[in-house]
Amino acid sequence: MRKFYTLLAREVRGYFHSPIGYIVVVFFLLVTGVNYYFQISFMNQRPASYSVQEAFFNNVFFWLPFILIFPLITMRLFAEEFKLGTIEPLMTAPVRDLQVVLAKFVGALVFYIALWLPTLLYFAIFQKITQQPAANSAGAYCGSYLMVLLLGMFYLSVGCLASVLTKNQIVAAIISFCAITLLFFLGLIQYILLDVSGGMRDWLGYVSAIEHMATYSRGIIDTRPVVLYLSMTALMLALTYQAFQSRKWRL
Amino acid sequence: MIKVENLTKRYAGQTAIRDLNFEVGQGEIMGFLGPNGAGKTTTMRILAGFMPATSGRASIAGFDVFEQSLQARSRLGYMPENVPLYNDMRVTEYLDYRAALKGVPHRRVAERVADVKELCGLREVERKLIGALSKGYRQRVGLADALVNEPELLILDEPTIGLDPNQIRQVRELIKNLGRQHTILLSTHILPEVEMTCSRVIIIHKGRIEACDTPDNLLGQIRQAGGVVVEAKTGKDDGAEELKKISGVREVTTDQDDDWKIFSLRVESGLDVREEIFRLAAARKWTLRELSQRRATLEDVFVEITHSNQTEMPT
Repeated sequence: MRKFYTLLAREVRGYFHSPIGYIVVVFFLLVTGVNYYFQISFMNQRPASYSVQEAFFNNVFFWLPFILIFPLITMRLFAEEFKLGTIEPLMTAPVRDLQVVLAKFVGALVFYIALWLPTLLYFAIFQKITQQPAANSAGAYCGSYLMVLLLGMFYLSVGCLASVLTKNQIVAAIISFCAITLLFFLGLIQYILLDVSGGMRDWLGYVSAIEHMATYSRGIIDTRPVVLYLSMTALMLALTYQAFQSRKWRL
Repeated sequence: MIKVENLTKRYAGQTAIRDLNFEVGQGEIMGFLGPNGAGKTTTMRILAGFMPATSGRASIAGFDVFEQSLQARSRLGYMPENVPLYNDMRVTEYLDYRAALKGVPHRRVAERVADVKELCGLREVERKLIGALSKGYRQRVGLADALVNEPELLILDEPTIGLDPNQIRQVRELIKNLGRQHTILLSTHILPEVEMTCSRVIIIHKGRIEACDTPDNLLGQIRQAGGVVVEAKTGKDDGAEELKKISGVREVTTDQDDDWKIFSLRVESGLDVREEIFRLAAARKWTLRELSQRRATLEDVFVEITHSNQTEMPT
């Protein structure tokens, strides 16, 4: 366990040792901050049937930066070690492959959570200034941030897999960006193709991140997306582990 | 300490090493020589548990490097070629990290890291970013990393490459001192270094072991062992013809330096022909200004073994 923590600490510190970490933080907080400002401005102009918190989590200015940050967070994880050759001292130390894969994933997750924490301030500031609640219920906060966590775990695991496949960080970023965008747009098909059949529509709704967020941000916590995202994360990490171990295959 | 049996590694379309067999005993300093691409790094990577062999077995302190990889790796300090390091970490921070990763007990980390920094002369750069270090210091960080968990076995892949002569001398002294407590397997291109530090030498060429012995025995074995250099004014005589008649002399090449002729003689090993040359010169009234025996070096051994095989290869 100590080796896992050692690896994890290095991963997390690695984000703050490189400029990428700071660039991602600034970019993300800037765009989400502007998004928050826009939502409040819109709601100021006409009566709305939704809360500030629902508006914040369900619009294009939320999804756009959301999808973009995952390639940036995960591209260096394995690719950089392969490129620099530091994988050699790392894997000749007495550590297990699984410890390394999990430490990298959890490290990315810790950074991702740290990225989201300041957004809680948006709501706190809103309530402080307007003396009005930003959400309809505490459950709505829990739901939306739980969905942020679940989606984050899944997309980060996709990024891990992309990074383990290449030693070029740019290639890793492109693979994960394409994969995540495709997965995300699966959920949009039902809006574009109006004549999809009932069964197909249900299935697309089941994998639609937008639908999930719409439900969860109202404070309705459905267990189906939890199962979906946790199992998909496990699958992606299992594939990452296999790909990472492939250098040891006796061919 | 190291036991290698029939070790073979094939990459797509080519065989890097084939059927290697050797053992390194406790406390030995084993030199690993060979031209570029001979399979030195491949062998070391397999021993360090970084990649598997295609067939054959290798073990460290009785632990199979593939089946019991963790146990084998925890007894090992490995310094890879070109010393890849995290450029964004500071020297002390990196060594602390490596010590923890290698399972040095918590309360001993600070002590061990201080020890290896002292040993490798890293005190003055301990707070610097690794990315800002010169090649020599990076090399030392790699060595300090290999030593930090007090391993029984050190595997060093070209530890002195890219260092200046002073640094090479320091590293050589360091390795010699380490050899008292550790078993060491090191590869290098610098042959005088091997002669000075290693108790045994393996010469590997095209993935096969061509020789494995002590440096002295290797020197004794090679055909072109000794050589004699003679500088003389031979007057009307050709010189070379007469020298060739001396028994034991295999080949004479002649150079000219103004009036002086410089003969390089290749002599059968174990023979000293200088006395006869002196008598010949006295009888023929040659003026001698140099008559010296050239000791064969490992370089001769290396060139002989690797070169003769290259010419044999096409058949």
